[in-house]
Amino acid sequence: MSTAPSPPAIALAGISKRFGAVAANRDVTLAVAAGSIHGIVGENGAGKSTLMSILYGFYEADAGEIRIKGQPRRIRSPADAIANGIGMVHQHFMLVETLSVAETVMLGAEGGALLKGGLAKARAELTRLSREYGLAIDPDALVGDLSVGLQQRVEILKALYRGAEILILDEPTAVLTPAEADQLFALLRALKAQGRTVILITHKLREIMAVTDTVSVMRRGEMVGHFVTATTSPPALAEAMVGRHVLLRVEKPPRERGAPVLEAVGLSCRDARGSETLREVSLTLHAGEIVGIAGVAGNGQSELLEVLAGLLQPTRGVIRLDGKILATADRHPARLRARGLMHIPEDRQRSGLVTAFSAAENAILGYQRDPAFGTGPLMSPQRIAAHARAAFAAYDVRPPDPALSTAAFSGGNQQKIVLAREIERHPRVLLVGQPTRGVDIGAIEFIHRRLLALRDAGVAILLVSVELEEVMALSDRILAMCGGRITGERRADAADERDLGLLMAGVAEEAA
Amino acid sequence: MNLLQTIAVVLDSTVRLSIPLICAAMAGLWSEKAGVVDIGLEGKMLIAAFAAAVAAHVSGSAWAGLGAGILASVALALLHGFAAITWRGNQIVSGVAVNMLAAGLAVVLGNAWYGQGGRTPPLDGAARFGELALPFAQGARTHVPGLGLIYDEVISGHAAPAYLAFACVLATAFLLKRTRFGLRIRAVGENPAAVDAAGISVAGLRYAAVAICGLLCGLGGTYLAVAQSAGFLPQMTAGRGFIALAAVIFANWRPWRALGACLLFGLLDAVAIRLQGVSLPGIGLVPVEAIQALPYLMTIVLLAGFIGKATPPKASGTPYVKER
Amino acid sequence: MSAAPVALPRWADNALVPLVSAAAALLVAGLVVVGIGENPLEATALLLRGALGSAEGIGFTLYYATNFIFTGLAVAVAFHAGLFNIGGEGQATIAGIGAALACAALSAMPGFLSAAGFLAAPVAILAAAAGGAAYAFIPGWLQAKRGSHVVITTIMLNFVAAALAVYLLREIIGRTGSMQPETPDFPAQVLLTPMHRLLAPLGVRLPATPLNTAFLLALLALVAVWLLIWRTRLGYAIRTVGANPRAAAYAGISPAAVTMIAMAISGALAGGLAVNEALGVQHRLVLDFTAGYGFVGIAVALMGRGHPVGVGLAALLFGVLYQGGAELSFDKPTITRDMVVVIGGVLILFAGALDGLFRKLVAGVLGRGGMG
Repeated sequence: MSTAPSPPAIALAGISKRFGAVAANRDVTLAVAAGSIHGIVGENGAGKSTLMSILYGFYEADAGEIRIKGQPRRIRSPADAIANGIGMVHQHFMLVETLSVAETVMLGAEGGALLKGGLAKARAELTRLSREYGLAIDPDALVGDLSVGLQQRVEILKALYRGAEILILDEPTAVLTPAEADQLFALLRALKAQGRTVILITHKLREIMAVTDTVSVMRRGEMVGHFVTATTSPPALAEAMVGRHVLLRVEKPPRERGAPVLEAVGLSCRDARGSETLREVSLTLHAGEIVGIAGVAGNGQSELLEVLAGLLQPTRGVIRLDGKILATADRHPARLRARGLMHIPEDRQRSGLVTAFSAAENAILGYQRDPAFGTGPLMSPQRIAAHARAAFAAYDVRPPDPALSTAAFSGGNQQKIVLAREIERHPRVLLVGQPTRGVDIGAIEFIHRRLLALRDAGVAILLVSVELEEVMALSDRILAMCGGRITGERRADAADERDLGLLMAGVAEEAA
Repeated sequence: MNLLQTIAVVLDSTVRLSIPLICAAMAGLWSEKAGVVDIGLEGKMLIAAFAAAVAAHVSGSAWAGLGAGILASVALALLHGFAAITWRGNQIVSGVAVNMLAAGLAVVLGNAWYGQGGRTPPLDGAARFGELALPFAQGARTHVPGLGLIYDEVISGHAAPAYLAFACVLATAFLLKRTRFGLRIRAVGENPAAVDAAGISVAGLRYAAVAICGLLCGLGGTYLAVAQSAGFLPQMTAGRGFIALAAVIFANWRPWRALGACLLFGLLDAVAIRLQGVSLPGIGLVPVEAIQALPYLMTIVLLAGFIGKATPPKASGTPYVKER
Repeated sequence: MSAAPVALPRWADNALVPLVSAAAALLVAGLVVVGIGENPLEATALLLRGALGSAEGIGFTLYYATNFIFTGLAVAVAFHAGLFNIGGEGQATIAGIGAALACAALSAMPGFLSAAGFLAAPVAILAAAAGGAAYAFIPGWLQAKRGSHVVITTIMLNFVAAALAVYLLREIIGRTGSMQPETPDFPAQVLLTPMHRLLAPLGVRLPATPLNTAFLLALLALVAVWLLIWRTRLGYAIRTVGANPRAAAYAGISPAAVTMIAMAISGALAGGLAVNEALGVQHRLVLDFTAGYGFVGIAVALMGRGHPVGVGLAALLFGVLYQGGAELSFDKPTITRDMVVVIGGVLILFAGALDGLFRKLVAGVLGRGGMG
């Protein structure tokens, strides 16, 4: 450290931002030293992305001050941010799939009314950057044809092309394998060595520890602490993130598993583009056990859930329920529900609920043909409301008002509506995707306890979660997935994070 | 008439019938490339035809008519933009509104001003675009056999807006492919968030595209009332805005292909007119309606993916809302 | 329809916003009237008197409203399934052809007509509904199975239906020897009873108007659509597909099946226009009998917020405008009935595409400026 410290690359003071009734950021203060890698951690919904969107000019803060290299700046649009040397790699890539890599990179910095000169410059500059940072890419390839990892590379090149001094990365590793993530971290270190400043947003403590110099923790829209990475520890950061000491170990008494209920043999699946999303996946669920799937998002877990739930037809493979092979016609959500296979989908807002409906109407989604809710083709609103009231009471859904629009409920309560709907029907097999995504701490514990109670009652549960800790805490057995394949199996009590990480990365693979 | 002459006459009317389609198709192309779906091409052409006819009648100048036609059409285009871009309204609904508004307003005002059920007074002289004879047209016809005839009949002898329309195709293709503005328009129709993140105004680009769309519809509508006809008639666009829409889809949102589709649809129209009441050996009386329905049927078949595939710009039809 | 960025109480959302946009649309029409040099208040008075000032006026108003109820419901049902059916005109055209074919078949069976004439009208009505349903099923099928956008295909099919109608009326089912593209008169047994004749035996004396029993069918359709959408399992499925197709698939509801069914129901309702016009009033099929009613149905559905009560009220408003507009243009030749088309267009803009603006206005007036 020099004796006369230069002003921080970025200094935020008193930043506040509200969206309607929700305070996304409250009086946030942050300082990032030039030439450092700074991490921002927090749970989903803690306000990290909003804060960075303010810094990048997507939103204007309701209050507060932004200083870049000591100078106060108003950043009202991404153009202002770019002019101030800020570049951002968004969680959902800001790419145009029908353009070439060179066209995408130069968008907004074309260097003239005609494209010709700009394109030549972009090609040359891309070649130079590729060489300098080892980011090989074909400037004339169509962005839509690139893999996710390469698309992220284009995002980074876009920022570097504009000469970004400050690079913000929002959850960059969510779509990367651990090996690709390590490559990315190497790049970030190289950028730092050149004196650039990097801000890394993540909710994974492992990444914070691996690559950052300093770290800030956010919780519920507020900044709760700043740490020097070398002198802090994951438990300390975790405690700051959730606001109290976290008990990641859930009380889980051992239990003898029962007979096999659901078996999948050699399931394969292709997406609309024709690439294989599931490859020869086989697994068995026994009564009274929780089988967890560990994997980086996008490695076939979603497809596995959807195939088992009858939402997606596999290209190969068989599924047995109670020992009997399911014919194609039987692999239909309604028929599977009738046979006791229930499904809590990964994204409740996208597929588990109709947010425009009343809560009562959502409490019967999937069971709309149940004779209990009407006579013949007619439905009975009274009976549906009564059913919802009972279910909401049992699951502590707040407010317990079945007539209220579902969009008015918090994430945790929406999830409880889904949970109540599926669990109250006494499933024998329960497929669970991301049960606690965007759910507050109290509801997380409630949901975990419910799932374990179901397991103890003899239900066969398949748990898919991107939170490795959740998978490890709840499961009896853990299957690791990578590239659509099951790369290994561990007993939960014998699993450790490093070992699972290797399986998730596909580095170590064993005959499943 | 010998065969060559017949062909030349049919091709000549093909060009005449294609001009409004070409203008409207380029208009639709600009709007949709920028992500704003426009089913109001018909209405904009109609209001332009009305405004152009009125202005040409009042001023006695066809060019003043063109200016008024473009102004009226751009005004409706900006109204569509206001609903679709600023207020993120449903673009289909807004397009339907523009069509009805134009159809009603033209007749109400036309009737109030001229009392002829919505028609405007006939135009003549300088109030109408005359036919421009290209250099050497007459000479080529007599001295160069075949090609000279085609040159004189088909290529020469159209009104000024017709040549402008072809220039617009060239300009559209060039601007979209080779300029910064075109690159940004292409990008904003595919992923407006990327354009926003690159520090470019999404609304600004879309308004620009919508205004260009209005300008081109204005040219097409003016051609109808002040060049092809000599005045405005209620419903004189007769579905051309929708055929142009079909042409854009048919061309997979590409300018040169759209020109081809418009010429094809114009040819069908020309042939249908030519065959009206004609009895062909083996077929009998030609069902002209079948030929007229062909552009629509072809578009449906194309949309159904039975031949080729139509891939619209990804963000077309969806208002841009910043994600939270 | 678009997501609502402004939170409003339900009564304001469902009643106040449409009313404000309707008032604004009428205001715009008033400005146009001023623009052409007439007094809008006088015009309004003439219009209202013409539409509601006499039993005859009311009869005509309700006759027009019948058309708008059918076409408005057609658009509304499709809306609930997330589909924008712009093909009401074409579907009503084919429905008319269906009815005409049924009538031609019935005419060829004089024995049946004399023995069971009471069945003739229901057969013709069903034929109309079937024609409309079948013609709407095509874009439904194309959307569900081939992914073709229903908006574009229904627009294209409107033109195809128009061309088909010209051809059929001129060459196949037209009146022989007539220059008009129209069918021969339908047999008396299929015709719907005019209201003044229906009520005469009850001692109610009404002037002769085109209002006929199709109006009662329209009222029945309002109730039936309400039941369908909010009280049946099919309606639940339709609304689920419309609001969230992924959730529908998750719930075991087939979005493809619902798309096709909803379009068929929508087309059958559009066929009601043919029932009222061909079977109820003109007693034969004439070219272009749809006369833009199908497009006004879009305004009716948008203003009525897709709810049968709203559709009924909006249809009544347009009935008043049509009948009153006709009377008005009789008194004031400078104001043609096309003014109603202007109002329809502005209303579609205000209640549909500029919904967000009007919601924000209302929210501002109510003092709960949302976050927009």
